[in-house]
Amino acid sequence: MAQQATANKVTVVALVENEPGVLNRIASLFRRRAFNIDSLTVGRTHKPDISRMTIRVDAGPEYARKIANNLQKLVNVIDVRVIDNEPHIERDLALIKVRNDDAHSRNTLTEICDRYPARIVDVGPHVAIIEMVGTETFVEKFIDEVRPIGIVEMIRTGVVSMGRGTRIHDTSVTRRGLARATLQASAARNGRIV
Amino acid sequence: MRLTGSEIIMECLLREGVHVMFGYPGGAILPTYDAMAKYDDRLHHVLVRHEQGASHMADGYARATGEVGVCIATSGPGATNLVTGLATAMMDSSPIVAITGQVPIPAIGSDAFQETDVTGVTLPITKHNYLVTDVDELAYTMKEAFHIARSGRPGPVLVDVPKDIQNAVTEFIYPEGPIILPGYDPPASADKYEIDAALRLIDRAERPIILAGHGIMMSGAMQEVRELAERAQIPVALTLLGKGALPEDHPLVIGMMGMHGEASSNLAIQEADLLIALGMRFDDRVTGNLKTYAVNARKIHIDIDRSEINKNVRADVGIAGDLKTVLNQLLPKLESKSHHDWIHQIRDWLEDSSERDILNHETPGVLLTAQVINDIWRLTGGDAITVTDVGQHQMLEAQYYPHQRPSTLLTSGGLGTMGFGFPAAIGAKFGMPDEEIWAIVGDGGFQMTLCELATARQENVNVNIAIINNHFLGMVRQWQELFFEKRYQATPMVNPDFCKLADAYDIPNRRVTQRDEIEDAVAFARSIDGPTLIEFVVEKEEMVYPMVPAGADLHDMKRRPKPGEQ
Repeated sequence: MAQQATANKVTVVALVENEPGVLNRIASLFRRRAFNIDSLTVGRTHKPDISRMTIRVDAGPEYARKIANNLQKLVNVIDVRVIDNEPHIERDLALIKVRNDDAHSRNTLTEICDRYPARIVDVGPHVAIIEMVGTETFVEKFIDEVRPIGIVEMIRTGVVSMGRGTRIHDTSVTRRGLARATLQASAARNGRIV
Repeated sequence: MRLTGSEIIMECLLREGVHVMFGYPGGAILPTYDAMAKYDDRLHHVLVRHEQGASHMADGYARATGEVGVCIATSGPGATNLVTGLATAMMDSSPIVAITGQVPIPAIGSDAFQETDVTGVTLPITKHNYLVTDVDELAYTMKEAFHIARSGRPGPVLVDVPKDIQNAVTEFIYPEGPIILPGYDPPASADKYEIDAALRLIDRAERPIILAGHGIMMSGAMQEVRELAERAQIPVALTLLGKGALPEDHPLVIGMMGMHGEASSNLAIQEADLLIALGMRFDDRVTGNLKTYAVNARKIHIDIDRSEINKNVRADVGIAGDLKTVLNQLLPKLESKSHHDWIHQIRDWLEDSSERDILNHETPGVLLTAQVINDIWRLTGGDAITVTDVGQHQMLEAQYYPHQRPSTLLTSGGLGTMGFGFPAAIGAKFGMPDEEIWAIVGDGGFQMTLCELATARQENVNVNIAIINNHFLGMVRQWQELFFEKRYQATPMVNPDFCKLADAYDIPNRRVTQRDEIEDAVAFARSIDGPTLIEFVVEKEEMVYPMVPAGADLHDMKRRPKPGEQ
């Protein structure tokens, strides 16, 4: 499976504080600077206070760095990295609802799914739902093959990415955590317990 | 010590060294106003007449002192009235903290009376903002707000405090020690290879020029920039907000750049082989057409905001860092240079300009803005803090009032906010009580915020207002003359009698219509300890030259006419 980035697409990864309004700040930044975004995904990380974003940009690395520099200015954004040339894993997940009301469709669908890391996750009398996971290009290739059968509905998560090897950025502290610690230290110094 | 949220706000302001705040009360901020009474001896509240005035006063205070200015407003309309001031401060990197009341937390989202999503509204025009939802986080949030406002590239921060948080009682613990934010770490110093690369470019340059911006003063790098210029003999062009970074009578300072900059500065930039951009951001008013901007020059760009580097102009060496720190890394390795031919060339261009100078023309019978401003400069010994509004008088101030000291020209550069000048001057006076302050404003802009005459009277603020009255929105009229075949749509103004208006506010005033009256009027204004207003009735259809039309090439200037040419 091809692991390099799709041509002319660059990925920006950002760690952000999981606080109310943070997504709004980021969306507002993109709109205000007229940044053109291909896809944006947000999800939780293994740390409850921190979310991780993957932003796909249909532009060169210079443009992605512009976005990264502006993102980094937001107080709630902990770290930003442009994943361009470094080796990384990327995944896109698609749920595709296709027609399934005759034997020919059913057979073709099963045959295509066998050749891809795709699963039929729901089958009904008229439609079936397929789950396909892979790189953006691979998912697109799969969709192209399925399309003639008749796509009824589709949703994609957008790409998520992670650099290979050592972890590229992380933090063990958050704003709230630091605030709590500072207040506790201040209180202790004054002989009080919070 | 158990305190209410309102008292905690006051305690935090005191700990930040705040002694004056500008505001306007209302329902959702009333608990905080009630708490103010107890702190009255240490924290002075200035009652403005419109919240926009409060935001500009906080801004003027911040620009004059370098400290954080504070403004306070109630929820809803009070808070939305701050918006223009916040946007102004954002564009010019001015550190202010705005505290707004909000409806009680249970009412948020219910379209309650005077409810506005203020953090939502101000999100793109503040450096950061907060909605406080827990009184135990209030003190920390206040400290963080001040830290963010004044550090890195400064800017406005808004703290929205619901009424029930202001009323809530908690044990007050002030967070001691420095604020650490995981996602906020303004760049400080440069890498060694960046310094070496910059030095190599400086060493090779034959026609270098320094572009001196506002960041020099924010970083306090005036001495370092001067050393760089003097040791490597590099001429210095100033941005509008960079005026004062170096004394303007310094032999290497060649004047303002950009749309209404000196021809010599703009020509020098276009002919240069190296631009050294210090604490400036290549605004379109500075560059003109980017495609033809300084095409033969390499560029060194030093700015504290990484996102400014390569934003408008590609830097050969881009250094994100604190200017003073970076220059102190660079200076020990900088060798002396001389650029005789280059400096000589620029001096020739300067001489051509002085022949065209309006001050050297005979203009009997009319009062010209340039003369008024230059006379104010002469009569104040060139040592006042001038605060301008926006338009022709602003550009002519920049051209005809040379500033010797940093932070003595306060003006809305990035946003170009009409109505800024007069309230900002009041704020500046509170920050710098021993300085002579002149608000130089146009008849248009002044009328946008003239309600603050009452504030100036109530507080007896010693600000001298110079209204440059041409009965036009002058700069718009100039564009209409040049680009819209003199169709003066919505620019002529029927004005009030400004002197009668001042009388109504009990403010001493004079009207000047002849040049020989200026000296008396300025002396009169300076003799009074309190606000004064001088109306200068000037030529109606004056032009500001040189001018680079918007989007034109920087060298494509409409020059000042020579005597007899106009």
